[in-house]
Amino acid sequence: MYPTDYRYTKDHEWIKVSGETGTIGITDYAQHELGDVVFVEMPAVGAKVEAGKVFGTVESVKAVSEIFAPVSGEVTETNAVLTGTPETLNSDPHGDGWLIKIKLATPSEVSGLMDAAAYQAFISEKETSA
Amino acid sequence: MRYLPKSTSERREMLDAVGVPSIETLFESIPEQFRLKAPLNLPAAMSEQEIIEYFRARSSENSVGYTSFLGAGVYNHLRSVVTDALIQRGEFLTSYTPYQAEISQGTLQAIFEFQTLMCQLTGMEVANASMWDGSTATTEAVLMAERLTGRHRVVVARSLHPEYRQVLDTYTRNLGLRIDEIGFTGSGQVDATRLENALTSETAAVVVQSPNFFGVLEQMPSLAALAHAKGALLVVSISEGVSLGAVRPPAEADIVAMEGQSFGLAPSYGGPYAGVIATRDKFVRQMPGRLAGETVDGNGKRGYVLTLATREQHIRREKATSNICTNQALCALAVNIHLCLLGKEGLKELAAQNLAKARFALDALEKIRGVRRAFTGPFFNEFVVEFPRSVKMINAELLKHKIIGPLPVGSYFSELTKRGLFCVTETMSRAEIERMAAAIRDILSKPI
Amino acid sequence: MKTEEIKPTDRIKTVGRHISRNEGLIFEESAPGKRAFELPPLDVPAVDPRTALGADFVRDSIEGFPEVSEIEVVRHFTRLSTWNYAIDLGMYPLGSCTMKYNPRVNEFVARLEGIATEHPYQPQELSQGCLKILQLLMNCLTEITGMDSGTLEPAAGAQGELTGLLLIRAYLEDTQGHPRKVVLIPDSAHGTNPATAVIAGYDVQNVPSDERGQIDIARLKEIVNGDVAAMMVTNPSTLGVFEQNIAEAAHILHEHGALLYMDGANMNALAGVARPGDFGVDVMHLNLHKTFSTPHGGGGPGAGPVMVKQLLEPYLPIPVLLEKNGQLSLENRKPKTIGRVRAFGGNFGVLVRALAYTLAYGPGIRQATEDAVLNANYIRKKLEDVFDLPFNSPSMHEVVFSDARQKKNGVNTMDIAKRLIDYGFHPYTTAFPLIVPGAMMIEPTESESKQECDLFVEAMRSIAEEAATDPELVKHAPHSTKVGRLDEVGAARKPVLRWKPKPKAL
Repeated sequence: MYPTDYRYTKDHEWIKVSGETGTIGITDYAQHELGDVVFVEMPAVGAKVEAGKVFGTVESVKAVSEIFAPVSGEVTETNAVLTGTPETLNSDPHGDGWLIKIKLATPSEVSGLMDAAAYQAFISEKETSA
Repeated sequence: MRYLPKSTSERREMLDAVGVPSIETLFESIPEQFRLKAPLNLPAAMSEQEIIEYFRARSSENSVGYTSFLGAGVYNHLRSVVTDALIQRGEFLTSYTPYQAEISQGTLQAIFEFQTLMCQLTGMEVANASMWDGSTATTEAVLMAERLTGRHRVVVARSLHPEYRQVLDTYTRNLGLRIDEIGFTGSGQVDATRLENALTSETAAVVVQSPNFFGVLEQMPSLAALAHAKGALLVVSISEGVSLGAVRPPAEADIVAMEGQSFGLAPSYGGPYAGVIATRDKFVRQMPGRLAGETVDGNGKRGYVLTLATREQHIRREKATSNICTNQALCALAVNIHLCLLGKEGLKELAAQNLAKARFALDALEKIRGVRRAFTGPFFNEFVVEFPRSVKMINAELLKHKIIGPLPVGSYFSELTKRGLFCVTETMSRAEIERMAAAIRDILSKPI
Repeated sequence: MKTEEIKPTDRIKTVGRHISRNEGLIFEESAPGKRAFELPPLDVPAVDPRTALGADFVRDSIEGFPEVSEIEVVRHFTRLSTWNYAIDLGMYPLGSCTMKYNPRVNEFVARLEGIATEHPYQPQELSQGCLKILQLLMNCLTEITGMDSGTLEPAAGAQGELTGLLLIRAYLEDTQGHPRKVVLIPDSAHGTNPATAVIAGYDVQNVPSDERGQIDIARLKEIVNGDVAAMMVTNPSTLGVFEQNIAEAAHILHEHGALLYMDGANMNALAGVARPGDFGVDVMHLNLHKTFSTPHGGGGPGAGPVMVKQLLEPYLPIPVLLEKNGQLSLENRKPKTIGRVRAFGGNFGVLVRALAYTLAYGPGIRQATEDAVLNANYIRKKLEDVFDLPFNSPSMHEVVFSDARQKKNGVNTMDIAKRLIDYGFHPYTTAFPLIVPGAMMIEPTESESKQECDLFVEAMRSIAEEAATDPELVKHAPHSTKVGRLDEVGAARKPVLRWKPKPKAL
């Protein structure tokens, strides 16, 4: 379910690293918790994002969730699809529903993130203790 | 007590059901030292008749029987009795905010219509469900421009209503927003040259009022061009909305903050009124206040809901676009009904009558020696007149004729003494205008 | 082929229901030339707007503006009104909203000539009636709250909150040289509290609740320091429970030079019984559209007077009411004022209604408070065996249940609320306060008779049973309204926020 080549955060973001670039999105668990997404707020191209800091928001009808950057970098692309069809975040959170692409500032930051197995365990524990 | 639907025995029954000996038990969670032992020292309870008599007595101590030429942000216009008959229906008067859309379609559809009317009047693309009044709407529009541009300086026309400006100051003092002021020329309009020089790459907005405090109309296209050239937004404040029946709307504005009092709301000694913010579609997510949107139910039936609520305080909390919760819904409904009653032709005719009456009054005044209009720019139904002596003294004499004279402008602008702001609407009869002019001629003909 | 008998109900469906159930937008009923209002004839020479204003300023016509007759306006809005629930129809058990009866004499007096007609700039000597009304209301409110002074200017509770925080800010700047940085807000607070703190230029820090849902005093002691300007507290809390340690909280704050702000939204539990000024509150606002019966009108107008202790009096907003030689006046000069929070003074029409309400009760206002608390406790008693009660503390004027038991069948607080509509009631407050997941906040107010309370209890008990035996019925409620649950997602994704005329056919 959770792509093995992605890395994950405790706040339910994922990052797929390819050399110096990373694609960032939110996980299936996150989109399920949010419900129907109505609006996505993303930074501008060229903006800097910082590991652990908010870089955007995802809105459902009744709630707003902040999205935290898994690693630091500079935004090179934002997903235009989400402007017109934010529901893509619900239907394909790990693929077409990606949020931003960045140029990594410190690639070594990635190693501090969870792998798919660790993330799966993390959310299983959340679900049983809920 | 007539508002309490319980008999003594019913109270006893309910206390028994709860399982407590007396009502005092239910207040034991309040620490003993704070529980009041004696009744409050309030006026004795009044019957309905006594309440009416109390307020009737107060009403006789006000200005009934006087003719007033005051405007300056609060306007006397004709109001239809139909409006009150409709807003006094319990389903409108005593209903709650329409969070539960299925049982609030009346309110929601009316809000949707109100939003549409505000767009039609102002030339904007989207409008909200109301703000508290024109002064707070103008302030919120400035804060909105700040959020949209990320800039923290604002250029404000001196001819913005001074009290609106004071409210803006109160709100922005603690938010790091810097306000620069731009004066006016002999026409009464914003000094465009000075404005151009005051704009920087840090300017979030240019704020003007039209008709402005002096009643003069501002040149929107050129002001907008100046603002936009520097990446600033144009915020236009409108306090006399009836002007939009004859005057072209500020279509070049980015945000319009309007006061709706002129559309069917009684002056009521200062409130409640109804402000509104109208803007372009692309700015809607930064707009404060409630919004009603069109949608469908599960059967495809058209209906209305409050939408884009994530901007608001109950969801966004400290990151909200505003702290507004209660707005001016019933007043906005009255405005809605009033505008539907006036309709396209009625509003046009109303505005034309205002133009005619104001010009008739100005002509009558300018026939008096030593009296002339203070500014040269185009005006709607308000104008400033310069007198050979103190306006306060003239007004004191006018009161003896049971006339409330113009607002002394010198109270707000120290360089504009001996000038009075007149407002003449469709409600002012020719006879009263002539009587006022004759009284002033008489007053001025006597030595001081 | 079997021919089916056409039943009368089917014929309605085929012919179409009368327009009163399907009233469209007023714009859809417009036709050129219709008008609903006629002006008296002009008694001065007419002017041509184009000549008077100049071509640059003149407007032709407003496209799409309504063109209907008087009867169409009356029918349109009358029909719309029939789609609304209202206090005049039945109970609103909305917690924290205090939806009580809106006395009609209040409407009458607010409309009197000489009350509704007065201009805020008219001479003071011609406004003594209005000013006396303001003075008497202020006196009554200070007596009820146990405070020293205040302002009637704020247009709503949220604006009252802002005024209160600005007063605190001015006081700290004036007496201590700086405004400090942080406002403490319980996690159970109404959303306007943190939103307001930010506008006042403060950072928000959450104060956690303890296991009883009260302010955690031990934690409070730890976090109050020289950076804290104030704490904003609602009392009774948004759980409807009196804050037992409010006096101690006030003491802790005062010791550190900070102030206590009280959100007066729940004053309906205290009027005539206890006074915030007595338990350490320095500044508070009142919601006249809650405790003082002024009508909600579909969302407003309200009024949010702010009451203060003497230490904040110098900073009150202008204009201030003064009395000299028996004459009242509004004064715009006040050396340390925070300034003006809105133009022209307060929502006078709302203030008139609140005074009329207060005069109707006099000292008997205590009875209203007692009835409100009795109603809430009665409903609590009758429902606590079927709904989960997250906190066992004594309820005052409102009670908070949760959907924990019904959740087991997939039925949540919103579903139960929507099903309540089918029983003829407006829903209670759902999903607030945030510290109770699946909250159901119920405040009946004193305006509900025993019969209405019993009906409400019956309805809720019936829904609890439905949640257990037929959850789908509850989850798809309401079934009996003009429209069913509306697509809020679609409304937010592709907002349609105004009517537009159809493009003319080419």
